[in-house]
Amino acid sequence: MNNKIVIAVLGAAILGAVYWMTTGEKASQVVEKSDGAVKVGFVYLTTPGDHGWTYAHELGRQQVEKHFGNKVKTSYVENVPEGPDAARIIRELAKKGNSIIFTTSFGYMDPTIKVAKEFPNVKFEHISGYKRAANVATGNIRYYEGRYVQGVVAGLTTKSNKIGYLASFPIPEVIQGINAFALGLRSVNPDANLSVIWVNSWYDPVKEADAAKVHIAEGADILAQHTDSPAMLQAAEKAGVLGFGQASDMKAFAPKAQLFSSVNNWGPHYINKISKMIDGTWTTGDGPDHWAGNDWVGMSDDYLVLTPFENMSADVAKAAAKVAADIKSGNNKIFTGPIKDNTGKIRVPAGKTLNDGELFSTLNYYVEGVKGKIPG
Amino acid sequence: MISMTPRKHIPLSRTLLTPVVSIVLTVIIGAMIFGLLDYNPLSALYEFFVAPISRPDQIGDLFVKACPLIITATGLVFCYRANIWNIGAEGQLIFGAIFSGGVALAFPDWPALILMPSMVLAGMIGGIFWAMIPALLKVRFNTNEILVSLMLTYVAALSIDWLVRGPWRDPMSFGFPLTKMYSDAALIHRIEVPFVGMLGQLHWGVVGALLFACVAAFLLSRTILGFQIKVMGDAPRAGRFAGFNPHVTTIGVMAIAGGAAGLAGMVEVSASMGQLQPNVSFGYGFTAIIVAFLARLNPLGVIFAGLIVALAELGGDNAQIVLGMPKVVTGVFKGILLFMLLAGETFNRYHIQWQRTGNKLNLKEK
Repeated sequence: MNNKIVIAVLGAAILGAVYWMTTGEKASQVVEKSDGAVKVGFVYLTTPGDHGWTYAHELGRQQVEKHFGNKVKTSYVENVPEGPDAARIIRELAKKGNSIIFTTSFGYMDPTIKVAKEFPNVKFEHISGYKRAANVATGNIRYYEGRYVQGVVAGLTTKSNKIGYLASFPIPEVIQGINAFALGLRSVNPDANLSVIWVNSWYDPVKEADAAKVHIAEGADILAQHTDSPAMLQAAEKAGVLGFGQASDMKAFAPKAQLFSSVNNWGPHYINKISKMIDGTWTTGDGPDHWAGNDWVGMSDDYLVLTPFENMSADVAKAAAKVAADIKSGNNKIFTGPIKDNTGKIRVPAGKTLNDGELFSTLNYYVEGVKGKIPG
Repeated sequence: MISMTPRKHIPLSRTLLTPVVSIVLTVIIGAMIFGLLDYNPLSALYEFFVAPISRPDQIGDLFVKACPLIITATGLVFCYRANIWNIGAEGQLIFGAIFSGGVALAFPDWPALILMPSMVLAGMIGGIFWAMIPALLKVRFNTNEILVSLMLTYVAALSIDWLVRGPWRDPMSFGFPLTKMYSDAALIHRIEVPFVGMLGQLHWGVVGALLFACVAAFLLSRTILGFQIKVMGDAPRAGRFAGFNPHVTTIGVMAIAGGAAGLAGMVEVSASMGQLQPNVSFGYGFTAIIVAFLARLNPLGVIFAGLIVALAELGGDNAQIVLGMPKVVTGVFKGILLFMLLAGETFNRYHIQWQRTGNKLNLKEK
């Protein structure tokens, strides 16, 4: 008696499941319609919090909401690991009717490309990668421009002529940053040197603080970072040395130590790309410079913003403002020859400026003023 | 003073009812929390439990998410039944990914018919290799397998990190820590279900995971091996009198758990990633421990427990996308769910009584 009931229930369940699967599949391929407003999705690597990389993207998203009002509805997913989950979540955002999806970490590159193939009518933009497709754009900021200004300030301010630099991973973006910093440093102070510690993480407050302490113990009086946490600045504040913040304004963490922060201002970039998508002029940015794409801008369009110059003399602040203005107007292209590598070999002859493609493909050495060599 | 005494007889109806009660309690507490945070409790619960499995392709994705958990937890069941506390499945999983990835990257031109079995074998050997370190140390020097296996997880994570950044890095990756993509023969493909088509990302590894759990259930309940493991776990002295060698049992169950975790690593990379990267496991090895216990150390239960944990995961993501619910809130809800399920199981197994301690009673009587 009992067995019969179990069999009947199981049978009904299986029949129901088969029916639902065969009818449901078609429905699942239909993208959910949004109600008037254009839907925009963001995928975040971490919880936005109040500093660093993802926080900067979150501020950008908030600018988008403010700019478009009711016309655009944004949503985001935080803490998305850079693995199979990323593809699933990007796919889910596409199915939920988002017209454009921004994936804001390098590790989302292949998942973005993969999912984009399944949704030819949805637009995708991957931040900080180099792969594009018919409906996948790339977006990035010329972070190195701010680092050149940092180098100038460091060169004019340092007393020990030793600068400590925390780097994350030896990828082109980070190498560009180190070299731009060193070029700025050496443009005002030929005796100053930069030493680099690889933290092998984008965000690891403990390791970052340890590395900062090593730099300070070795006599560095100015610290710079290509990592995300305020730990380095906090260590600097404690030890009475100076440093630069990263990605968002970190003054609150080290009011006496922060010279300035280079802030990633994603708002104008996102607003620009979403406007273009709405009026049908959106492009993937593909062009002759395969790696960077055509939408790679920095201080010129306020995509990279420097916070007020503080904790430095008025003369230094004035010089830094002048350099920043030159970069903004395009007068100073930074990677203009003659550029020597740190073994003394001329890598870029006088009068030549590295183009965007070369910044990715040939800049695989440290310039003069950086100690050591690139790992790997 | 609370006293817990094991129940002698647990009726089946009660065993089946316990998780239902746990889930109902989770729903009530969850609804209260959602309400306090100004989310509509009903729609929040819907987005958590129903919406993530409301389309067939999502069912496929649910199984994909559960796949590494099911394989790893099934292996762990052998260990825990034998009272061997292997906490390092995460590291064993990573080593499975490393070994199988090594084969995939070294022989991209092999046909799938040879390459795929080699990768499966390599993945299991990788996991077994990593599990043998704590197993042999325990047998030889009586070290604590909990500590050794746990600590080796970090060594494993750093090993793959080093390989992917150093010797195995794709020269075309511009310094990014990724290996080359696997060749097509090295990839586990998606399943084309007759009349239905693809079910999301559902792949053949899921079929393997379900089969593995069924085989494990058979081994544990119907063979002398299963009996040996149970006896050595419940009554090691009795086991020794019966002629079972505790060392052989230790090494055997560690090898099964390690091999399973290694297999899970191989499947996960080959089916869902297609290349090695610094992170190949996102806590699957640790979550699998919870899954094994939710399943009451029963391999068939592991399938359901794996699916429940995966559902909580997908539901959390969905609540984020639809309701903008922060990850921390979804994490709290997941925690409540797991806590309730495990607590329910404890109440099911043990009789719990409030009573005054014997000492105090004695004092009063005097």
